[in-house]
Amino acid sequence: MTQIAEIAFKVRSKNAGPFWVTIDIFCGDTAAFDRLRAALDTAKIAALYHQPSQSLKRFDIPNLNVIKFSFPRPVIQGDKADRDMHGAAWATLLAEYEV
Amino acid sequence: MPTRILIPSGVLCLGFDRAALARGVAAKPDLIAIDGGSTDSGPWSLGAGQSKYARAVTKSEWRELMLARAQAGVPLIIGTAGTCGADACVDWMFDITQELATELGQSLRVARLYSGQPAARVTQALAAGKIHPLHPAPDISAEGLAQMTNIVALAGAEQVQAALNTGADIIIAGRTTDTAIIAALPLARGDHAGAAWHGAKIAECGALCSTNPTSGVIVVDFDDAGFTVEPLATGAACTPHSVSAHMLYENADPFILFEPGGHLDVTQTKYTALDGRRVRATGSKWVPGRYTVKLEGARAAGFQTTLIAVLRDAYYVTHAQDWVDRLHPFLDALIEDRMGLAPSNYHLDFRLIGANATLGAMENRTGTPVEVGVLLIITAQTQAIAAEIGKLANPHLLHYPLTDDEELPTFAFPYSPAQSDRGAFYEFALNHVMELDDPMSAFRLTVTEVAP
Repeated sequence: MTQIAEIAFKVRSKNAGPFWVTIDIFCGDTAAFDRLRAALDTAKIAALYHQPSQSLKRFDIPNLNVIKFSFPRPVIQGDKADRDMHGAAWATLLAEYEV
Repeated sequence: MPTRILIPSGVLCLGFDRAALARGVAAKPDLIAIDGGSTDSGPWSLGAGQSKYARAVTKSEWRELMLARAQAGVPLIIGTAGTCGADACVDWMFDITQELATELGQSLRVARLYSGQPAARVTQALAAGKIHPLHPAPDISAEGLAQMTNIVALAGAEQVQAALNTGADIIIAGRTTDTAIIAALPLARGDHAGAAWHGAKIAECGALCSTNPTSGVIVVDFDDAGFTVEPLATGAACTPHSVSAHMLYENADPFILFEPGGHLDVTQTKYTALDGRRVRATGSKWVPGRYTVKLEGARAAGFQTTLIAVLRDAYYVTHAQDWVDRLHPFLDALIEDRMGLAPSNYHLDFRLIGANATLGAMENRTGTPVEVGVLLIITAQTQAIAAEIGKLANPHLLHYPLTDDEELPTFAFPYSPAQSDRGAFYEFALNHVMELDDPMSAFRLTVTEVAP
Protein backbone atom coordinates (compact mmCIF):
# COMPACT_ATOMS: atom_id res chain seq x y z
CA MET A 1 0.00 0.00 0.00
CA THR A 2 1.25 3.46 -0.91
CA GLN A 3 0.00 6.87 0.14
CA ILE A 4 -1.33 9.08 -2.68
CA ALA A 5 1.15 11.76 -1.57
CA GLU A 6 3.98 9.43 -2.58
CA ILE A 7 2.51 8.85 -6.04
CA ALA A 8 1.07 12.27 -6.92
CA PHE A 9 2.94 15.52 -7.42
CA LYS A 10 0.56 17.46 -5.20
CA VAL A 11 -2.80 17.17 -3.45
CA ARG A 12 -4.56 20.44 -2.52
CA SER A 13 -7.98 21.48 -1.31
CA LYS A 14 -9.84 24.76 -1.02
CA ASN A 15 -13.36 26.05 -0.69
CA ALA A 16 -15.16 26.67 -3.97
CA GLY A 17 -17.30 29.37 -2.41
CA PRO A 18 -18.69 29.05 1.13
CA PHE A 19 -20.84 26.03 0.31
CA TRP A 20 -18.47 23.68 -1.55
CA VAL A 21 -15.03 22.22 -1.09
CA THR A 22 -12.88 20.94 -3.94
CA ILE A 23 -9.83 18.67 -3.83
CA ASP A 24 -7.34 18.38 -6.68
CA ILE A 25 -4.88 15.54 -7.11
CA PHE A 26 -2.09 16.64 -9.47
CA CYS A 27 -0.79 13.23 -10.51
CA GLY A 28 2.26 14.64 -12.30
CA ASP A 29 2.43 12.25 -15.23
CA THR A 30 0.32 9.85 -17.24
CA ALA A 31 1.58 6.77 -15.40
CA ALA A 32 0.59 8.17 -12.01
CA PHE A 33 -2.71 9.44 -13.42
CA ASP A 34 -3.60 6.04 -14.88
CA ARG A 35 -2.58 4.28 -11.67
CA LEU A 36 -4.61 6.58 -9.41
CA ARG A 37 -7.55 6.77 -11.76
CA ALA A 38 -7.86 2.99 -11.61
CA ALA A 39 -7.16 2.73 -7.89
CA LEU A 40 -9.48 5.44 -6.59
CA ASP A 41 -12.98 4.24 -5.87
CA THR A 42 -15.38 7.18 -5.63
CA ALA A 43 -17.53 5.50 -2.97
CA LYS A 44 -14.48 4.93 -0.78
CA ILE A 45 -13.36 8.54 -1.17
CA ALA A 46 -16.87 9.65 -0.20
CA ALA A 47 -16.62 7.47 2.90
CA LEU A 48 -13.23 9.01 3.74
CA TYR A 49 -15.00 12.38 3.94
CA HIS A 50 -18.12 10.95 5.62
CA GLN A 51 -20.21 11.93 2.59
CA PRO A 52 -22.87 10.02 0.66
CA SER A 53 -21.20 8.98 -2.60
CA GLN A 54 -23.86 10.66 -4.74
CA SER A 55 -22.71 14.01 -3.28
CA LEU A 56 -19.24 13.67 -4.78
CA LYS A 57 -18.54 15.11 -8.22
CA ARG A 58 -15.49 13.50 -9.76
CA PHE A 59 -13.52 14.82 -12.71
CA ASP A 60 -10.76 12.72 -14.29
CA ILE A 61 -8.84 15.17 -16.49
CA PRO A 62 -6.25 13.36 -18.64
CA ASN A 63 -4.94 16.55 -20.29
CA LEU A 64 -3.77 17.81 -16.90
CA ASN A 65 -3.19 14.43 -15.23
CA VAL A 66 -5.56 15.65 -12.55
CA ILE A 67 -8.28 13.89 -10.58
CA LYS A 68 -10.66 16.32 -8.91
CA PHE A 69 -13.37 15.76 -6.30
CA SER A 70 -15.93 18.40 -5.33
CA PHE A 71 -18.74 18.13 -2.80
CA PRO A 72 -20.98 20.36 -0.69
CA ARG A 73 -19.38 21.30 2.60
CA PRO A 74 -21.02 19.34 5.45
CA VAL A 75 -20.90 22.58 7.42
CA ILE A 76 -21.05 25.95 5.68
CA GLN A 77 -17.82 27.95 5.77
CA GLY A 78 -17.70 29.95 8.99
CA ASP A 79 -20.50 28.00 10.70
CA LYS A 80 -19.78 27.65 14.39
CA ALA A 81 -19.02 23.98 13.81
CA ASP A 82 -16.57 24.76 10.97
CA ARG A 83 -13.01 23.75 11.79
CA ASP A 84 -11.15 24.78 8.67
CA MET A 85 -12.29 28.16 7.27
CA HIS A 86 -10.58 27.76 3.89
CA GLY A 87 -11.05 24.01 3.47
CA ALA A 88 -7.28 23.79 3.06
CA ALA A 89 -6.65 20.79 5.34
CA TRP A 90 -9.16 18.47 3.70
CA ALA A 91 -6.52 17.51 1.15
CA THR A 92 -4.45 15.79 3.82
CA LEU A 93 -6.96 12.94 4.17
CA LEU A 94 -6.62 12.17 0.48
CA ALA A 95 -2.85 12.73 0.45
CA GLU A 96 -2.53 10.14 3.23
CA TYR A 97 -5.02 7.71 1.68
CA GLU A 98 -3.39 4.41 0.77
CA VAL A 99 -3.90 2.71 -2.57
CA MET B 1 -10.69 45.61 -31.06
CA PRO B 2 -7.73 44.02 -29.25
CA THR B 3 -7.74 44.85 -25.54
CA ARG B 4 -4.84 44.66 -23.12
CA ILE B 5 -5.52 44.44 -19.40
CA LEU B 6 -2.90 44.71 -16.68
CA ILE B 7 -3.57 42.78 -13.46
CA PRO B 8 -1.13 43.81 -10.70
CA SER B 9 -1.98 40.89 -8.39
CA GLY B 10 -4.68 38.46 -7.33
CA VAL B 11 -5.95 40.81 -4.64
CA LEU B 12 -5.01 44.22 -3.30
CA CYS B 13 -2.85 43.79 -0.16
CA LEU B 14 -1.09 40.64 -1.36
CA GLY B 15 1.82 42.64 -2.78
CA PHE B 16 3.23 42.79 -6.29
CA ASP B 17 6.56 42.97 -8.06
CA ARG B 18 7.24 46.70 -8.66
CA ALA B 19 9.53 46.20 -11.63
CA ALA B 20 6.94 43.93 -13.24
CA LEU B 21 4.23 46.54 -12.63
CA ALA B 22 6.41 49.17 -14.33
CA ARG B 23 6.84 46.82 -17.32
CA GLY B 24 3.07 46.39 -17.38
CA VAL B 25 2.52 50.16 -17.49
CA ALA B 26 5.13 50.49 -20.25
CA ALA B 27 3.22 47.84 -22.25
CA LYS B 28 0.38 50.39 -22.65
CA PRO B 29 -2.60 48.54 -21.19
CA ASP B 30 -6.18 49.68 -21.82
CA LEU B 31 -7.18 49.10 -18.19
CA ILE B 32 -5.61 48.21 -14.85
CA ALA B 33 -7.83 45.83 -12.88
CA ILE B 34 -7.42 44.35 -9.42
CA ASP B 35 -9.64 42.31 -7.15
CA GLY B 36 -10.32 43.51 -3.62
CA GLY B 37 -11.65 40.37 -1.98
CA SER B 38 -14.13 37.50 -2.01
CA THR B 39 -15.84 35.21 0.46
CA ASP B 40 -12.53 33.37 0.93
CA SER B 41 -11.84 34.44 4.47
CA GLY B 42 -15.25 33.69 5.89
CA PRO B 43 -18.43 35.54 6.80
CA TRP B 44 -17.01 38.18 9.16
CA SER B 45 -16.12 40.81 6.54
CA LEU B 46 -19.57 40.76 4.92
CA GLY B 47 -21.33 40.45 8.25
CA ALA B 48 -19.49 43.39 9.79
CA GLY B 49 -19.14 45.39 6.55
CA GLN B 50 -15.40 45.82 7.13
CA SER B 51 -12.23 45.01 5.23
CA LYS B 52 -10.10 42.21 6.66
CA TYR B 53 -6.96 43.94 5.37
CA ALA B 54 -4.93 46.61 7.15
CA ARG B 55 -5.80 50.13 6.04
CA ALA B 56 -2.10 51.01 5.91
CA VAL B 57 -1.36 48.19 3.45
CA THR B 58 -4.44 48.96 1.38
CA LYS B 59 -3.47 52.61 1.16
CA SER B 60 0.19 52.01 0.31
CA GLU B 61 -0.59 49.51 -2.47
CA TRP B 62 -3.43 51.66 -3.81
CA ARG B 63 -1.03 54.62 -3.91
CA GLU B 64 1.28 52.66 -6.21
CA LEU B 65 -1.62 51.65 -8.43
CA MET B 66 -2.92 55.22 -8.57
CA LEU B 67 0.54 56.35 -9.69
CA ALA B 68 0.64 53.54 -12.27
CA ARG B 69 -2.80 54.64 -13.52
CA ALA B 70 -1.68 58.26 -13.88
CA GLN B 71 1.36 57.12 -15.82
CA ALA B 72 -0.59 54.74 -18.06
CA GLY B 73 -3.41 57.26 -18.57
CA VAL B 74 -6.08 54.53 -18.45
CA PRO B 75 -8.78 53.65 -15.93
CA LEU B 76 -8.02 51.72 -12.75
CA ILE B 77 -10.71 49.46 -11.33
CA ILE B 78 -10.99 47.54 -8.09
CA GLY B 79 -13.73 44.92 -7.73
CA THR B 80 -15.14 43.62 -4.44
CA ALA B 81 -13.56 46.55 -2.62
CA GLY B 82 -12.76 46.09 1.06
CA THR B 83 -12.82 42.26 1.03
CA CYS B 84 -16.60 41.78 0.80
CA GLY B 85 -17.78 44.61 -1.47
CA ALA B 86 -20.45 45.88 0.94
CA ASP B 87 -21.45 49.53 0.45
CA ALA B 88 -19.56 50.58 3.61
CA CYS B 89 -16.38 49.03 2.17
CA VAL B 90 -16.81 50.93 -1.11
CA ASP B 91 -17.01 54.16 0.87
CA TRP B 92 -13.98 53.13 2.97
CA MET B 93 -12.01 52.62 -0.25
CA PHE B 94 -13.31 55.95 -1.56
CA ASP B 95 -12.03 57.73 1.59
CA ILE B 96 -8.59 56.21 1.01
CA THR B 97 -8.72 57.30 -2.63
CA GLN B 98 -9.63 60.87 -1.66
CA GLU B 99 -6.74 61.03 0.82
CA LEU B 100 -4.34 59.76 -1.81
CA ALA B 101 -5.66 62.16 -4.46
CA THR B 102 -4.76 65.00 -2.09
CA GLU B 103 -1.36 63.54 -1.21
CA LEU B 104 -0.49 62.86 -4.86
CA GLY B 105 -2.04 66.04 -6.26
CA GLN B 106 -4.30 64.10 -8.62
CA SER B 107 -7.61 65.36 -10.02
CA LEU B 108 -9.82 62.37 -10.65
CA ARG B 109 -13.25 61.28 -11.72
CA VAL B 110 -14.14 58.45 -9.36
CA ALA B 111 -17.10 56.15 -9.99
CA ARG B 112 -18.52 54.05 -7.19
CA LEU B 113 -20.54 50.98 -8.12
CA TYR B 114 -22.64 49.81 -5.17
CA SER B 115 -23.75 46.18 -4.94
CA GLY B 116 -25.52 46.30 -1.57
CA GLN B 117 -29.08 45.01 -1.59
CA PRO B 118 -31.80 46.32 0.70
CA ALA B 119 -33.58 43.33 2.29
CA ALA B 120 -36.87 44.73 0.95
CA ARG B 121 -35.69 44.36 -2.66
CA VAL B 122 -34.70 40.74 -2.14
CA THR B 123 -37.92 40.05 -0.24
CA GLN B 124 -39.98 41.44 -3.12
CA ALA B 125 -38.00 39.38 -5.61
CA LEU B 126 -38.56 36.32 -3.42
CA ALA B 127 -42.32 36.93 -3.40
CA ALA B 128 -42.24 37.41 -7.18
CA GLY B 129 -40.49 34.07 -7.68
CA LYS B 130 -37.31 35.74 -8.90
CA ILE B 131 -34.98 34.25 -6.28
CA HIS B 132 -33.67 30.78 -7.08
CA PRO B 133 -31.63 28.58 -4.73
CA LEU B 134 -28.28 27.15 -5.80
CA HIS B 135 -27.19 23.81 -4.38
CA PRO B 136 -26.90 23.62 -1.40
CA ALA B 137 -28.85 26.65 -0.21
CA PRO B 138 -30.01 27.68 3.26
CA ASP B 139 -33.74 28.27 3.64
CA ILE B 140 -34.70 31.92 3.34
CA SER B 141 -37.70 33.98 4.39
CA ALA B 142 -38.64 37.65 4.57
CA GLU B 143 -37.87 37.59 8.29
CA GLY B 144 -34.48 35.95 7.75
CA LEU B 145 -33.55 38.43 5.01
CA ALA B 146 -34.43 41.35 7.28
CA GLN B 147 -32.01 40.01 9.91
CA MET B 148 -29.01 39.99 7.58
CA THR B 149 -26.49 42.73 8.28
CA ASN B 150 -25.36 42.87 4.64
CA ILE B 151 -26.64 41.43 1.40
CA VAL B 152 -24.66 41.98 -1.79
CA ALA B 153 -25.26 40.96 -5.38
CA LEU B 154 -22.33 40.00 -7.59
CA ALA B 155 -22.14 42.48 -10.46
CA GLY B 156 -21.24 41.16 -13.88
CA ALA B 157 -19.83 42.74 -17.02
CA GLU B 158 -22.87 44.96 -17.70
CA GLN B 159 -22.64 46.89 -14.44
CA VAL B 160 -18.86 47.29 -14.77
CA GLN B 161 -19.37 48.55 -18.33
CA ALA B 162 -21.85 51.13 -17.01
CA ALA B 163 -19.15 52.30 -14.60
CA LEU B 164 -16.53 52.42 -17.38
CA ASN B 165 -18.94 54.43 -19.54
CA THR B 166 -18.92 57.26 -16.98
CA GLY B 167 -15.39 58.04 -18.18
CA ALA B 168 -14.09 57.48 -14.65
CA ASP B 169 -10.35 57.45 -13.96
CA ILE B 170 -10.93 55.18 -11.00
CA ILE B 171 -13.78 52.75 -10.42
CA ILE B 172 -14.38 51.46 -6.92
CA ALA B 173 -16.78 48.57 -7.31
CA GLY B 174 -18.62 46.76 -4.56
CA ARG B 175 -19.16 43.04 -4.92
CA THR B 176 -18.51 41.87 -8.46
CA THR B 177 -17.68 38.46 -9.79
CA ASP B 178 -13.90 38.01 -9.74
CA THR B 179 -13.91 37.96 -13.53
CA ALA B 180 -16.31 40.82 -14.38
CA ILE B 181 -13.83 43.65 -13.77
CA ILE B 182 -11.50 42.09 -16.36
CA ALA B 183 -14.06 40.72 -18.86
CA ALA B 184 -16.18 43.90 -19.09
CA LEU B 185 -13.88 45.94 -21.32
CA PRO B 186 -12.99 43.28 -23.93
CA LEU B 187 -16.70 42.39 -24.12
CA ALA B 188 -17.62 46.06 -24.63
CA ARG B 189 -15.04 46.30 -27.42
CA GLY B 190 -16.41 43.28 -29.22
CA ASP B 191 -13.68 40.78 -28.41
CA HIS B 192 -14.50 37.08 -28.32
CA ALA B 193 -16.97 36.52 -25.44
CA GLY B 194 -15.69 33.09 -24.43
CA ALA B 195 -12.13 34.36 -24.46
CA ALA B 196 -13.10 37.46 -22.45
CA TRP B 197 -14.57 35.42 -19.60
CA HIS B 198 -11.98 32.68 -19.76
CA GLY B 199 -9.03 35.08 -19.87
CA ALA B 200 -10.59 36.95 -16.96
CA LYS B 201 -10.89 33.77 -14.91
CA ILE B 202 -7.28 32.86 -15.64
CA ALA B 203 -6.10 36.37 -14.73
CA GLU B 204 -8.24 37.07 -11.68
CA CYS B 205 -5.72 35.58 -9.27
CA GLY B 206 -2.80 37.42 -10.87
CA ALA B 207 0.29 35.31 -11.36
CA LEU B 208 -1.29 32.27 -9.70
CA CYS B 209 -1.73 30.97 -13.28
CA SER B 210 2.07 31.11 -13.77
CA THR B 211 5.10 29.24 -12.48
CA ASN B 212 5.82 32.08 -10.00
CA PRO B 213 2.50 32.60 -8.20
CA THR B 214 3.65 35.29 -5.75
CA SER B 215 5.08 37.65 -8.39
CA GLY B 216 1.59 39.06 -8.96
CA VAL B 217 1.70 41.00 -12.19
CA ILE B 218 0.31 39.60 -15.43
CA VAL B 219 -1.01 41.06 -18.65
CA VAL B 220 -3.77 39.57 -20.81
CA ASP B 221 -4.42 40.39 -24.45
CA PHE B 222 -7.94 39.77 -25.73
CA ASP B 223 -8.96 39.69 -29.39
CA ASP B 224 -11.71 38.36 -31.65
CA ALA B 225 -10.57 34.74 -31.40
CA GLY B 226 -8.90 34.13 -28.05
CA PHE B 227 -6.65 35.51 -25.36
CA THR B 228 -2.93 35.51 -24.58
CA VAL B 229 -1.60 35.63 -21.03
CA GLU B 230 1.89 36.68 -20.00
CA PRO B 231 3.43 37.05 -16.53
CA LEU B 232 5.65 40.11 -16.20
CA ALA B 233 8.00 39.21 -13.35
CA THR B 234 11.50 38.15 -14.32
CA GLY B 235 11.69 34.37 -14.44
CA ALA B 236 7.92 33.83 -14.27
CA ALA B 237 6.34 31.83 -17.06
CA CYS B 238 2.89 30.70 -18.11
CA THR B 239 2.70 27.21 -19.55
CA PRO B 240 -0.33 25.48 -21.09
CA HIS B 241 -0.40 23.38 -17.92
CA SER B 242 -0.17 26.29 -15.45
CA VAL B 243 -2.88 28.19 -17.32
CA SER B 244 -5.32 25.35 -17.90
CA ALA B 245 -4.82 24.07 -14.35
CA HIS B 246 -5.98 27.42 -13.00
CA MET B 247 -9.56 26.56 -14.00
CA LEU B 248 -9.43 23.97 -11.19
CA TYR B 249 -8.76 26.59 -8.54
CA GLU B 250 -11.64 27.36 -6.17
CA ASN B 251 -13.94 25.95 -8.80
CA ALA B 252 -16.21 22.97 -8.11
CA ASP B 253 -16.50 22.27 -11.85
CA PRO B 254 -13.24 22.86 -13.76
CA PHE B 255 -14.92 23.34 -17.15
CA ILE B 256 -17.96 25.52 -16.39
CA LEU B 257 -18.13 28.95 -14.78
CA PHE B 258 -21.47 30.68 -14.18
CA GLU B 259 -21.64 34.45 -14.59
CA PRO B 260 -24.52 36.91 -14.79
CA GLY B 261 -26.30 36.23 -18.10
CA GLY B 262 -24.76 32.90 -18.99
CA HIS B 263 -21.87 30.56 -18.46
CA LEU B 264 -18.37 29.90 -19.73
CA ASP B 265 -17.57 26.46 -21.12
CA VAL B 266 -13.89 25.57 -21.57
CA THR B 267 -14.25 21.90 -22.46
CA GLN B 268 -13.05 22.56 -26.04
CA THR B 269 -10.37 25.16 -25.25
CA LYS B 270 -6.96 24.73 -26.89
CA TYR B 271 -3.95 26.04 -25.00
CA THR B 272 -0.78 26.80 -26.97
CA ALA B 273 2.63 27.94 -25.75
CA LEU B 274 3.63 30.93 -27.91
CA ASP B 275 7.09 30.90 -26.39
CA GLY B 276 8.67 30.13 -23.02
CA ARG B 277 6.43 32.51 -21.08
CA ARG B 278 3.23 33.28 -23.02
CA VAL B 279 0.19 31.06 -23.54
CA ARG B 280 -2.64 31.54 -26.02
CA ALA B 281 -6.07 30.00 -25.52
CA THR B 282 -8.79 29.64 -28.14
CA GLY B 283 -12.04 27.72 -28.40
CA SER B 284 -13.58 28.85 -25.10
CA LYS B 285 -17.33 29.19 -25.38
CA TRP B 286 -19.78 31.65 -23.84
CA VAL B 287 -23.28 30.23 -23.52
CA PRO B 288 -25.90 32.95 -22.91
CA GLY B 289 -28.62 32.21 -20.37
CA ARG B 290 -31.11 33.83 -18.04
CA TYR B 291 -29.88 37.09 -16.49
CA THR B 292 -29.30 36.37 -12.83
CA VAL B 293 -26.92 37.76 -10.24
CA LYS B 294 -25.63 35.71 -7.34
CA LEU B 295 -26.46 36.91 -3.85
CA GLU B 296 -24.32 36.74 -0.75
CA GLY B 297 -25.65 37.54 2.69
CA ALA B 298 -24.44 37.33 6.26
CA ARG B 299 -26.26 37.56 9.55
CA ALA B 300 -25.18 37.90 13.14
CA ALA B 301 -25.66 34.59 14.88
CA GLY B 302 -24.54 35.43 18.41
CA PHE B 303 -21.35 36.43 20.12
CA GLN B 304 -18.30 34.40 21.02
CA THR B 305 -15.78 34.10 23.83
CA THR B 306 -12.82 31.73 23.65
CA LEU B 307 -10.36 30.19 26.10
CA ILE B 308 -7.27 28.08 25.52
CA ALA B 309 -5.72 25.75 28.07
CA VAL B 310 -2.70 23.66 27.17
CA LEU B 311 -2.32 20.15 28.58
CA ARG B 312 1.32 19.09 28.90
CA ASP B 313 1.11 16.38 31.56
CA ALA B 314 1.48 13.12 29.61
CA TYR B 315 -1.46 11.46 31.36
CA TYR B 316 -3.76 14.34 30.49
CA VAL B 317 -2.43 14.49 26.95
CA THR B 318 -3.31 10.83 26.50
CA HIS B 319 -6.75 11.33 28.05
CA ALA B 320 -7.55 14.76 26.62
CA GLN B 321 -10.81 13.61 25.02
CA ASP B 322 -11.89 11.87 28.24
CA TRP B 323 -11.11 15.08 30.12
CA VAL B 324 -13.30 17.13 27.77
CA ASP B 325 -16.06 14.49 27.87
CA ARG B 326 -16.12 14.85 31.65
CA LEU B 327 -15.66 18.63 31.80
CA HIS B 328 -18.39 19.49 29.29
CA PRO B 329 -21.39 18.11 31.24
CA PHE B 330 -19.88 19.45 34.45
CA LEU B 331 -19.85 22.96 32.93
CA ASP B 332 -23.38 22.53 31.56
CA ALA B 333 -24.62 21.69 35.04
CA LEU B 334 -22.72 24.57 36.59
CA ILE B 335 -24.04 27.09 34.01
CA GLU B 336 -27.59 25.91 34.70
CA ASP B 337 -27.06 26.08 38.47
CA ARG B 338 -25.26 29.45 38.68
CA MET B 339 -26.64 31.30 35.66
CA GLY B 340 -30.02 29.62 35.21
CA LEU B 341 -29.22 28.89 31.56
CA ALA B 342 -30.16 25.62 29.89
CA PRO B 343 -27.74 24.29 27.20
CA SER B 344 -30.16 25.42 24.46
CA ASN B 345 -29.19 29.03 25.27
CA TYR B 346 -25.51 28.71 24.45
CA HIS B 347 -23.05 26.49 22.61
CA LEU B 348 -19.77 25.08 23.96
CA ASP B 349 -17.34 23.64 21.44
CA PHE B 350 -14.08 22.03 22.56
CA ARG B 351 -11.33 21.67 19.94
CA LEU B 352 -8.35 19.48 20.79
CA ILE B 353 -5.39 21.08 19.05
CA GLY B 354 -2.85 18.32 18.57
CA ALA B 355 -5.52 15.63 18.23
CA ASN B 356 -8.37 16.45 15.82
CA ALA B 357 -9.03 20.21 15.91
CA THR B 358 -8.79 20.51 12.13
CA LEU B 359 -10.75 17.53 10.85
CA GLY B 360 -12.96 16.56 13.79
CA ALA B 361 -14.81 13.30 13.24
CA MET B 362 -13.11 12.80 9.84
CA GLU B 363 -9.65 12.57 11.45
CA ASN B 364 -8.27 9.05 11.00
CA ARG B 365 -4.75 9.46 12.33
CA THR B 366 -3.88 8.97 15.97
CA GLY B 367 -0.67 9.59 17.80
CA THR B 368 0.76 10.85 21.05
CA PRO B 369 1.48 14.54 20.79
CA VAL B 370 3.81 16.35 23.20
CA GLU B 371 0.95 18.55 24.33
CA VAL B 372 -2.68 19.25 23.52
CA GLY B 373 -4.26 22.68 23.28
CA VAL B 374 -7.86 22.74 24.42
CA LEU B 375 -9.68 25.55 22.66
CA LEU B 376 -13.10 26.28 24.11
CA ILE B 377 -15.36 28.32 21.84
CA ILE B 378 -18.45 29.70 23.55
CA THR B 379 -21.31 31.07 21.44
CA ALA B 380 -24.25 32.84 23.10
CA GLN B 381 -26.92 35.40 22.28
CA THR B 382 -25.05 38.33 23.80
CA GLN B 383 -21.39 39.11 24.43
CA ALA B 384 -22.21 39.55 28.12
CA ILE B 385 -23.54 35.99 28.39
CA ALA B 386 -20.65 34.51 26.39
CA ALA B 387 -18.14 36.43 28.55
CA GLU B 388 -19.88 35.35 31.76
CA ILE B 389 -19.76 31.70 30.66
CA GLY B 390 -16.07 32.18 29.84
CA LYS B 391 -15.38 33.45 33.33
CA LEU B 392 -17.41 30.64 34.82
CA ALA B 393 -15.42 28.07 32.80
CA ASN B 394 -12.06 29.68 33.51
CA PRO B 395 -11.13 28.05 36.88
CA HIS B 396 -12.30 24.64 35.68
CA LEU B 397 -10.34 24.79 32.44
CA LEU B 398 -7.39 25.54 34.70
CA HIS B 399 -7.91 22.90 37.40
CA TYR B 400 -10.52 20.31 36.47
CA PRO B 401 -9.35 16.79 37.43
CA LEU B 402 -9.86 13.60 35.44
CA THR B 403 -10.67 11.70 38.62
CA ASP B 404 -12.18 12.73 41.94
CA ASP B 405 -9.42 11.35 44.12
CA GLU B 406 -6.34 13.04 42.70
CA GLU B 407 -4.46 16.13 43.72
CA LEU B 408 -5.84 19.20 41.92
CA PRO B 409 -4.06 19.55 38.55
CA THR B 410 -3.17 22.91 37.00
CA PHE B 411 -2.82 23.41 33.26
CA ALA B 412 -1.09 26.09 31.20
CA PHE B 413 -2.92 29.28 30.32
CA PRO B 414 -1.03 31.26 27.68
CA TYR B 415 -2.21 34.69 28.87
CA SER B 416 -4.27 36.61 31.39
CA PRO B 417 -7.19 36.91 31.33
CA ALA B 418 -7.60 33.46 29.84
CA GLN B 419 -10.86 34.37 28.15
CA SER B 420 -11.03 36.51 25.00
CA ASP B 421 -14.22 38.13 23.78
CA ARG B 422 -14.43 37.77 20.01
CA GLY B 423 -17.40 40.02 19.42
CA ALA B 424 -20.22 39.29 17.01
CA PHE B 425 -20.25 35.99 15.18
CA TYR B 426 -21.57 35.97 11.61
CA GLU B 427 -22.86 33.25 9.30
CA PHE B 428 -23.27 33.09 5.54
CA ALA B 429 -26.99 32.84 4.94
CA LEU B 430 -27.55 32.97 1.16
CA ASN B 431 -26.57 30.79 -1.76
CA HIS B 432 -29.12 32.06 -4.26
CA VAL B 433 -29.41 33.96 -7.51
CA MET B 434 -31.77 36.84 -8.28
CA GLU B 435 -33.30 37.34 -11.73
CA LEU B 436 -33.03 40.86 -13.12
CA ASP B 437 -34.88 42.35 -16.08
CA ASP B 438 -32.41 45.24 -16.21
CA PRO B 439 -28.85 44.49 -15.01
CA MET B 440 -28.55 47.94 -13.39
CA SER B 441 -31.84 47.68 -11.49
CA ALA B 442 -30.12 46.19 -8.43
CA PHE B 443 -26.95 48.33 -8.60
CA ARG B 444 -26.20 51.97 -7.96
CA LEU B 445 -23.58 54.16 -9.62
CA THR B 446 -22.31 57.49 -8.32
CA VAL B 447 -19.63 59.66 -9.91
CA THR B 448 -17.54 62.19 -7.97
CA GLU B 449 -14.96 64.65 -9.23
CA VAL B 450 -12.15 64.46 -6.69
CA ALA B 451 -9.70 67.34 -6.52
CA PRO B 452 -6.40 67.36 -4.61
